[in-house]
Amino acid sequence: MSKDNKQKRGQFKEAWIRLRINRAAMFGLSVIILLIIMAVFAPLIAPYGYDEQHLKMANLLPSWRHLMGTDNFGRDIFSRIIYGSRVSLQVGFIAVGIGVLIGGTLGSISAYYGGIVDNVIMRFIDTLLAIPGTLLAISIAAALGPGLTNAMIAVGVGTVPTYARVVRASVLTVKEQEFIEAAKCIGVKDYKIIIKHILPNAMAPLIVQATLGVASAILSAAALSFIGLGIQPPTPEWGAMLSAGRVYIRDYWHIVTFPGVTIMITIFSLNLFGDGLRDALDPRLKR
Amino acid sequence: MNDVLLNIEDLVVSYTSGNKKVNAVNRMNIVVEKGETVGLVGETGAGKTTTAKAILRLIPNPPGVIEKGKIYFSNENLLSKKESEMRKIRGNKISMIFQDPMTSLNPVITIGEQIAEVIRLHQKVSKAKAGIIACEMLERVGIPKERYDEYPHQFSGGMKQRVVIAIALACNPQLLIADEPTTALDVTIQAQILELMHKLKIDFNTSMIMISHDLGVVAEICDKVAIIYAGQVVEFGTVKDVYKNTAHPYTKGLFAAIPSIKGDRLKRLFYIPGLMPDPTNIPNGCPFSPRCSSKLDICEKCAPKDTYINENHLVRCHLYEEKERELDLCQSY
Amino acid sequence: MPVLLKVEGIKKHFKTPGGTLHAVDGVSFELERGKTIGIVGESGCGKSTLGRAVINLIPATGGKVLFKGKDITAFKGKNLHSLRKDMQMIFQDPFSSLNPRMTVSEIIREPIVEHKIKTGNREIEEEINILMETVGLASRLYHAYPHELDGGRRQRIGIARALALNPDFIVCDEPVSALDVSIQSQILNLMQDLQEEKKIAYMFITHDLSVVRHMSDDIAVMYLGVVVEKCSVDKLFQSQLHPYTKALLSSIPSTDLDFKKSRIILKGEITSPINPGDECRFAARCNYATDKCFKETPVLRDIGGYHYVACHYAENLQKGDSA
Repeated sequence: MSKDNKQKRGQFKEAWIRLRINRAAMFGLSVIILLIIMAVFAPLIAPYGYDEQHLKMANLLPSWRHLMGTDNFGRDIFSRIIYGSRVSLQVGFIAVGIGVLIGGTLGSISAYYGGIVDNVIMRFIDTLLAIPGTLLAISIAAALGPGLTNAMIAVGVGTVPTYARVVRASVLTVKEQEFIEAAKCIGVKDYKIIIKHILPNAMAPLIVQATLGVASAILSAAALSFIGLGIQPPTPEWGAMLSAGRVYIRDYWHIVTFPGVTIMITIFSLNLFGDGLRDALDPRLKR
Repeated sequence: MNDVLLNIEDLVVSYTSGNKKVNAVNRMNIVVEKGETVGLVGETGAGKTTTAKAILRLIPNPPGVIEKGKIYFSNENLLSKKESEMRKIRGNKISMIFQDPMTSLNPVITIGEQIAEVIRLHQKVSKAKAGIIACEMLERVGIPKERYDEYPHQFSGGMKQRVVIAIALACNPQLLIADEPTTALDVTIQAQILELMHKLKIDFNTSMIMISHDLGVVAEICDKVAIIYAGQVVEFGTVKDVYKNTAHPYTKGLFAAIPSIKGDRLKRLFYIPGLMPDPTNIPNGCPFSPRCSSKLDICEKCAPKDTYINENHLVRCHLYEEKERELDLCQSY
Repeated sequence: MPVLLKVEGIKKHFKTPGGTLHAVDGVSFELERGKTIGIVGESGCGKSTLGRAVINLIPATGGKVLFKGKDITAFKGKNLHSLRKDMQMIFQDPFSSLNPRMTVSEIIREPIVEHKIKTGNREIEEEINILMETVGLASRLYHAYPHELDGGRRQRIGIARALALNPDFIVCDEPVSALDVSIQSQILNLMQDLQEEKKIAYMFITHDLSVVRHMSDDIAVMYLGVVVEKCSVDKLFQSQLHPYTKALLSSIPSTDLDFKKSRIILKGEITSPINPGDECRFAARCNYATDKCFKETPVLRDIGGYHYVACHYAENLQKGDSA
C-alpha cells in the first residue's frame, strides 16, 4: 500500500512540475495565495477597523491616509476590502465546493448509469434549472434564515444544476471510450470506475466552470446580502460593497471601483490557475 | 516520357513541433502522367497525406512549411502560385477525396445541392443548369437522381462515399487525389467503390493519386506505385515491376508481412523488426537502415541516391547503386 | 481436447425507437482449449456484440454460454467477478482502450490488484515486470504513459492487461485492425506464441479475412446477426458454399497480380437488422435468391464433414461447384 501511495504522490509531483513551468498559472496561484494570507491576517494588515465610521470624512478620494479612499460612512475602503476578503473568499470557494460536490456526484451518477436513473436525476436538475439561480438561492436563504453559512449553502445549491449538466456531458463522452469497457471487463467495481477512470478524464470542463463559478458565487452572495438574507452589515463583503457603492458611481467613482477591481483580479487569477491546473493534470500535454 | 501531368521534384515539407523541426516529407519525387493512376503506399506517419496536401497547398502554416522543391502541374509550378489562383485549381482541376465519408459532407445541406455548389463555384452556369449536371453526376456514381433532395444522414457509408466521389468529379478535374477512400468501408462495399472509381477514371480520363496502406487495393486500381517510408519514396515503378521484381528491402518486408489468403498457412508471419523512426529523430543515412536485414556499412552514414533498375523502376537504396560512393560524397544530401 | 466453451443459440436484442434490433440472433459454436475460432463479418453484422455477450460483458437476451460446463449467462455479482479471471478481452482501438491518465505499470497493475492475483508490493511489481517482458515491452516503459507509445506497443499493454489474470479464453475484438502491416504481424505472432505457451482459447473477431485465416482453426461467417457459414479454415477458403461467403472472399483485394479472380460484386448494402422477418437475411443482395428465400429463413445445418451452411440451396451450390 505504501508503494501505491508513493506512486500517487509521484503523479501529483509530476503535475506540480508541469504546473510550475506555466508562468500564467503560477502568477494566478501567487495572487490567490496573497489573497488568502490577506484574509487570514486581516486585523494585522488593515490600517483601520472595518466598522470605524468617521462621517466627517465620508467619500474621500484615495490619498496616503486612505489608500482607496473612504465610503459614504467615512469607512476606509482598503481596510474593508481586506476584511471583506474573509467573507468573500469563503463564500466563493465553499459555495462552489458545495455546487461541484453535489452537482458533480449527481451528474456523474446520472451519466454513468443512464436510463431511469438518468431521467429521474436530470428531471430534478431541470426543475432546479427552471428557477433562476438567484431566485433559488433567495428561497433557500429565506427558508434557512440569514447568515454566512446559510448564504454559502444557498448559493452553492443554486449552482448545482450547472455543474451537474457540465459533468454529465463530459462523463457521457468519456464513458463511451473503450478503456471503460476494459475496466469493466477486468471486473473493476462501478464506483471505482467512476472515481479512477471516468472523473479524472472528465475534469477539464468542470475545472474551468468552477473557476468561473467563484465569481458568480461572490456576486450571488452579494445579492443575498442586498436583500438582507446574506451576511449582515456592517460585516464587509466585496459584492455588498460593490452594490452599496453603485449609488455613488457618478460622484465618487472610487467606492465602487476598488471592490470591483478586487473581484476582477481574484477571478482573473483563479482562471489562470484553473487553466494551468487543467493542463497540468493531463499527462498527454507533457512536453 | 509522354504527357506528364504532375511532377513533384525534390519536395521537402517540414513541421515545427515544440522547438524541433521535423521533415514530414523529404526529397520526394513523384511523376504522374495523363490518365494514369499512381498509388502512394506507406504506413501511418510516412508522409502520404502531407504530400497530397502539399500538392493542393493545404499544409497548415504554422506549423507546416514547404521548405523546398517544385510541384509542376500542367507545366506550371503550383508552389509559385498565388492563393487566389490556387483556389481556382482546388476542386476544379485538382480535387480530393478524403478518408472519412461521414465527416466530409455537410450534414445540413442536401447532397444534390452540395454537388451543384461545387459546379457553380467553378463554372459559369445557371443554378438550374448546375442542378441538371448534379443529377447527371449522381446517376454516374450509381445513385438514383430522385435522391437529390436527401440529406447525408439518409445515406449509408458506401453511398456517402459515392456522393463524395460525385462532388470530386463534378468539375471534371484533371487530377483526383483519393486519400484512403475505402479504408472506412467494408470489403464488399470497398469492391463496389473501387470498381466505380476505376470505371469513372476511364470515363472522365482523369489522372489519379491513390493514397493507401493496402497493397491489395493498390494492385487492383493503380498503374504505378510509390512506396513511401519516413517521408521518402523508397521505390517507384509500375505495379508489375514493384510487385514482381520488388527491389527495396522495406517493400519486400511489407509484402512478406501480409498474411496470405491462399497457399499454405505459415507458422509464423514475417515481420520487419523495430518501429517507424521517430520523425524528430530520423537516423542518419538511409532512414530504413536500423530495421534493414541487408544493411551495408554505408547505409548508416550516407543517404542513398535514386537508382533506376529499368526505365520505369526506381529505387532509393545502396544495394542497387552501381559504384560504392566515397563517404565524403554523402555531404551533398 | 475437451470443449472449453459452448455457445448455444445466444441472442442479443436491443430495443430501439424503430423496433427491436436483432444484433445477434441465435449463434452457436464450440471452442476447445488452446484453439481459435474466427468470427468474420462486415460492420454491423453483430460480431462485436457477440463477443461481448459471450463473456457476459453485456447481458444476453437469450441462449446459453457454457464455460467449463457452467452456464455463465446467469452469473452475477461475485460469480461474475471471478469469471473475469477466466475470460478476458483485447480491444480494437489501442488509443481509446487505455486510460490516458494511467502509466503502463498502473494499467497492468489494476487487474492484479483487483483480483488479488498477487499481494504484497514486491510480488505485484515482479508480476508486472514479468508480464511486460512476456508481451515484449521494455522495462524502461514502466512509468511511461500510453500516449507516448506507438499503436503496436499500446496493443501490447492491452494484451498484458488481459494476460495478467491468466485467462483461459480471450475475446480479441479486431486487435490489429488499427495497426500498420509491419506492426500487425508482430502482434499476431505474439498472440500465437502466447496461445501455444499458455493454451489460451481465442475468439478472434475481425473483418480482415487474411488475418483470420492466419489465426483461426475454425471460422464462422456472420451476416446480420446470424452465422451463415461455419467450418474449418481450410474448408472455408477452398470450398466455401454460402453466396455471401463467396462474395466476401472474392472482394478481398489481392497483391497477387497473376491471381485474377472473377469478382462477385454484391448488389446494395447490408440491410437493416431491425425486426427481421421470415426470410433469408441475405436474400435481398443474393444473386441466387428465389421466392423461397424471401419466405423462409434457412437454418444453419451440417451438409457433411463439419461444414455448416445456412442456405436453402447449399447442396445445389456444392454440386455446381464441383461440376
